Amino acid sequence: MGLQPYLLLSATVFSIGLFGVMTRRNTIGILLGIELMMNAVNINLVAFSRYTAAVSGMIFTVFTICITVTEAALGLAIVILLFRVRRTVMADHLDLLKG
Amino acid sequence: MTEQITFAVLSVILVGSALAVVLSKNLFHAVLWLAFALTGTAGIFLLLDAEFLAAVQLLLYAGGIITIVVFAIVVTERLIGERLTQTNMRIGGAALVSVVLLGFIASVLGRHPLPVSRPEMPGDLTRLIGETVLTRYVLPFELLAVLMLAGMLGAIYFARPED
Repeated sequence: MGLQPYLLLSATVFSIGLFGVMTRRNTIGILLGIELMMNAVNINLVAFSRYTAAVSGMIFTVFTICITVTEAALGLAIVILLFRVRRTVMADHLDLLKG
Repeated sequence: MTEQITFAVLSVILVGSALAVVLSKNLFHAVLWLAFALTGTAGIFLLLDAEFLAAVQLLLYAGGIITIVVFAIVVTERLIGERLTQTNMRIGGAALVSVVLLGFIASVLGRHPLPVSRPEMPGDLTRLIGETVLTRYVLPFELLAVLMLAGMLGAIYFARPED
């Protein structure tokens, strides 16, 4: 089996994640969409790495997974902080920076 | 032939659970579907001979992120005092953008020649990853450790009790 099916699968998951980021109103829901998109990127990296026999792509994937976990932890900390201040999770109610 | 069947099954699981993540009304269900999608991705990694990455994926992603998100939901639910349901808005426009993006990527993939068979990996992949991380990529590896420490401190600082 060639590389193309893996890339198509990853593109599909990425598009679904993008759809989630654009439509969700809940901040945690948006974060879940971002996780899906990151996940699709990881599939891409591993597939390219395997089909070119270069191990660098897989090491990149280890790095991106770790960075994504850090990002999720920080993002959720910010969400909890926002709850304390605004008592809401809905992204369209968070308009502190709106002039 | 077995590879095609496994890939097809994993693709159906992955795409189906990804759709459930972005469409389900209950946020808690969405997180559980995300765990399912991440496990499916670990299966894809196994199919690509990356056993180590499949293990990392399960431990860090399916284990770590899901736990953090579930904790965040439980905490925020207590703060809000009502069930965290979520709605979608502007579905039409977002679906259009996503489908156009997917079509664009698919057309680019269709126009360019891609490898159809896998080259042999030089030796044991897990061993190769370990050796390369601790030789050629040792500086990014250490930077990653600093980043995770900074992220952890930042998260603790943000989530500190009110004084």
